[in-house]
Amino acid sequence: MTSNLLEVRDLHTRYGRVEALSGVSLEVPAGHIVSVIGANGAGKTTLMNSVMGILPSTGELIYEGQPLRGIPLETRVARGISLVPERRDLFASMSVADNLTLGAYSRRQQKWRGDLDHVYERFSRLLERRKQLAGTLSGGEQQMLAIGRALMGKPRLLLLDEPSLGLAPLIVRDILRIVKQLQAEGVTVLLVEQNARASLAISDSGYVLETGEVKLSGPARELAQNPELTASYLGG
Amino acid sequence: MQIFDPTIFPILAADGLTNGAVYALLALALVLVFAVTRVIFIPQGEFVVFGTLTLATLQLGRTPGTLWLVLALLGIAALMEAFSLARNGQARRGLVTVGVAALLGVGTWAVTDWLAPLKAPLWVQVILTLGLVAPLGPLLYRVVYQPLQNATVLVLLIASVALHLVLTGLALVFFGPEGSRTPAFFEGNLTLGQVTLSWQSLLVIVASAALMLGLYLFFERTMPGKALRATAVNRLGARLVGISPSSAGMLTFTLAALIGALGGVLIGPSVAVTYDSGFLIGLKGFVGAIIGGLVSYPLAAAGAILVGLIESFASFSLSAWKEVIVFTLILPVLLWRSLTTRHIPEDEE
Repeated sequence: MTSNLLEVRDLHTRYGRVEALSGVSLEVPAGHIVSVIGANGAGKTTLMNSVMGILPSTGELIYEGQPLRGIPLETRVARGISLVPERRDLFASMSVADNLTLGAYSRRQQKWRGDLDHVYERFSRLLERRKQLAGTLSGGEQQMLAIGRALMGKPRLLLLDEPSLGLAPLIVRDILRIVKQLQAEGVTVLLVEQNARASLAISDSGYVLETGEVKLSGPARELAQNPELTASYLGG
Repeated sequence: MQIFDPTIFPILAADGLTNGAVYALLALALVLVFAVTRVIFIPQGEFVVFGTLTLATLQLGRTPGTLWLVLALLGIAALMEAFSLARNGQARRGLVTVGVAALLGVGTWAVTDWLAPLKAPLWVQVILTLGLVAPLGPLLYRVVYQPLQNATVLVLLIASVALHLVLTGLALVFFGPEGSRTPAFFEGNLTLGQVTLSWQSLLVIVASAALMLGLYLFFERTMPGKALRATAVNRLGARLVGISPSSAGMLTFTLAALIGALGGVLIGPSVAVTYDSGFLIGLKGFVGAIIGGLVSYPLAAAGAILVGLIESFASFSLSAWKEVIVFTLILPVLLWRSLTTRHIPEDEE
């Protein structure tokens, strides 16, 4: 039994009067890849933003055994949680190299140049384009840059929000392969995807969100064969 | 036209460049503050006034009122910080903050009180002036703007107008209604063929250029500089790599106040500054910043230098219309921008 890096208990998040998350609970064991799947509007991005502290929420968030309540976003980053948002939120008018360098901002004095080389090794395209402005990259390259920027912060928990959105199938495969590599290097990943089949294939466990509630959960292998899920998310 | 007379033209051009260099500094500060914090910082010119008049007061061997403003703001800021820390269950850190602020306050008071009557050498007084005016930036940010961090640009603008009025009033109380000039750093002139340039003007131009180069290197080469650019480009992206908008705002306002104070020290010998000069001086920087669309640093600086030059030529040939001409300059620019710029809704971040 591994210990949980992140525990979410009875999480509620509202936009004004609309409740986007109604009592979501989930566990992210250290060293695992956990997938959250669901249709558009199921509350997947809301869940990520609530864990990160971008949106205010009620309920409990326990990270490394400590509650996250009242801790601002920037401090969560410094404690090793990194979000790659759906919109990527890169620094479009700055160079690829600057984007990556800034990823190490929360680490202050620590050595990060070695990690920069490591990111360039992982994403050789970024090395070729290191002087180019981030806004001029293709969608796939921007996604690589967003992941690379997050990795520069040496996260222990990586939150990936729809990394495959709008990307060609080949690039999606590349990105999921890299997620699997990250797990081997000790990073715990919470992965939100619409592409349920591909994400369950690399995950240890999964949760299915529907209108702000967990409908199904279990080991990824079992979920992938669940007839209910197969019908609605895995295309029959 | 008279102004193209070969004996007058170089003098006017030199004058315009000197003032333009200072306006350029202010324009850069305005663009920086707006880009990072979305604040249209009307009181930028007040930092110039406080710079000149603090130095002038020190010249007279008196303690400048700036000291009391710094101490009062330090007290308020420390209490606000301690209160918000205590509310997050960090009461101890709050107490430490108040303690550190008290020590800083006593230290600032002791140094100023000791140095002011000594009539120390000019460069010591300049450093003391910068040391007193620059902290106004982060302190005002903490007290006025940080609580409004998520407010709209309009609310932030209203706060800026209010702050401008308060600071002008305080300047009247601290420094009196009379204008002051400070002594030149260098006497004498430099003659290059037809052109005569005072060493003082040359100092202003060189110091401004050096400061701009310094800012460029800061933004291009250092992590805190890149962090400010990142905050300006994408606020959420910046937060996601751990840059707090408050600390970015604090650093920005420190730079703005330092630039303003330095501007005040530089123009002190050539312009008679009164307690209410800040608005017009700031506005000229603002015209430059608008020419740069509040986003482009080189355009803003170039625009501000143009403002300085036009002002100088206008004050010679049409002195009654000087300000009218300078501020009319903004109309074609605004018209052109309104025709060429895509409107971005305010809530789009």
